[in-house]
Amino acid sequence: MELVMPPKKKRSLYKTIRNLLIAIALIALYTWTFATIDVRWERVFSEHTVRNFTRVIPQLFSPDWGAFQKVMGLMWQTLQMAYTGTLLAAILAIPFGFFAASNMVKNKVLNNISKGFLNGIRAFPELVLALMFVAAVGPRPFAGVLAIAIGSIGMLGKLYSEVIESIDMHVVEALQANGANKIQVLFYGVIPQIIPEFLSYAIYRFEIDVRASTILGIIGAGGIGTLITISISNRKWDEVGMILLVIIVVVTIIDNVSAIIRKRIV
Amino acid sequence: MSNLEVKSVVSKNAKLRMTVILLVVVGLYIYTSWATKSTPMDIIKGWGGFQRILTDLFPPNWSYVPAVWEKLVETIQMALIATTFAAIVSVPIFLLSASNLFPNSWIYQPVRFIMNVLRTIPDILLAIIFVGIFGVGVFPGIMALFIFSLGLLAKLMYETIEAIDMNPLDAIRASGGNTIQVIWYAVIPQVLPQFVSFSLYVFEVNVRASTVLGFVGAGGIGLLLQQQINWFNYPRVMTIIIIIFIAVVVIDLISNKIRERIV
Repeated sequence: MELVMPPKKKRSLYKTIRNLLIAIALIALYTWTFATIDVRWERVFSEHTVRNFTRVIPQLFSPDWGAFQKVMGLMWQTLQMAYTGTLLAAILAIPFGFFAASNMVKNKVLNNISKGFLNGIRAFPELVLALMFVAAVGPRPFAGVLAIAIGSIGMLGKLYSEVIESIDMHVVEALQANGANKIQVLFYGVIPQIIPEFLSYAIYRFEIDVRASTILGIIGAGGIGTLITISISNRKWDEVGMILLVIIVVVTIIDNVSAIIRKRIV
Repeated sequence: MSNLEVKSVVSKNAKLRMTVILLVVVGLYIYTSWATKSTPMDIIKGWGGFQRILTDLFPPNWSYVPAVWEKLVETIQMALIATTFAAIVSVPIFLLSASNLFPNSWIYQPVRFIMNVLRTIPDILLAIIFVGIFGVGVFPGIMALFIFSLGLLAKLMYETIEAIDMNPLDAIRASGGNTIQVIWYAVIPQVLPQFVSFSLYVFEVNVRASTVLGFVGAGGIGLLLQQQINWFNYPRVMTIIIIIFIAVVVIDLISNKIRERIV
């Protein structure tokens, strides 16, 4: 019996050329990147690094329990900032969500303006927003809260608008057919459908904001980050170790609790 | 037919529970906004500050663009290098943490645990530590992005692998394929598009993150931003912010277009 190989796939010339071009572009990109980036290798692999390594790493892994109370106090402030900012954003994002949803506001221009605004916000890193607010209101937790609030509107508004666009419009039509006015449609047809998802997304955003607000203090916007800057400039790496431990544990707990609540809501 | 009272759709119990939750949420807000001095009153009081900043920021100083350009390129290069290495190194990690490939929980649980811990550390905090070890420059920044992306990519990928079709794997195993052959011929072809797509997504995240790493001396455009803020040179600050904005939007757009075509 003769063995027959399975038929070969036809190769189109177009695809071969395209793949070749992609490969060339990638190789060029990487060559250029590695050739032009200024990594000072002689500084990276120096005695200095070895010395730092032996000093920093052991201290990081032996957290300073004496600083525990101070660290927990600031972590508490961080959580307060995250909560205040997230709640503000969760409420402020509602009108944007409605304006961006094409089944609620039947005006393409308004839809696109809100969508553009929400996408625009999401392009800014939180820390850049915080830097602006620190310049505006001074270095205090308020600046951090504002950065969190504004930064979260982008994502929450977008998710809200997607939720609103996916609701069952039959309910809305049934209410309208029975003579309900706009307010009644909103309260009996729309809001009951969107509340669980809105809540779930707001809680999810709280998780992200807790992470984000741990570092806002680095530029003076309050929370545990403030202490990080101080400990680093005093070269107290055991204190940094304590901060790291607290952040890891608190963030993990909040993620898990939030996941449980979200599972129950939706 | 005496009782014409309409019963509420929502039961009394549910109403009570909703009221309690609402009260707790509002009460917590009042407490936290008071504790952080961020009440709506503070927002009204701070209005003058916002107006001052906005008038200071405009018009942007366009002659500063060439100086920013160089640092922007460095920022994107950092993100590119970190993402590339993270993508390569993440392969063995996500294979080991997929419970349908290695059903032994002694393998996948510890790997997942380490990755979960890594993901909770903010990348800028990693950057601070690496700056403390390696000194100021792009290298600590790349390291921080690399570690953070590793955790993110590993999680996204093992979840993808756990959702793949197991029939091809069984078929190859039944015809005598070893683990490597199973992975190469049954797993990789199923998850390759997602892998590329997630890597691009991580690249987007890294571009955004690397713009601020300069605040702690870890290279990139953030260094300029902080310098100009400290010198109160707001027109230049605005130039940098606009450039960051355009760069992030353009990269997201390109990356989204590619991802749409792949998956």
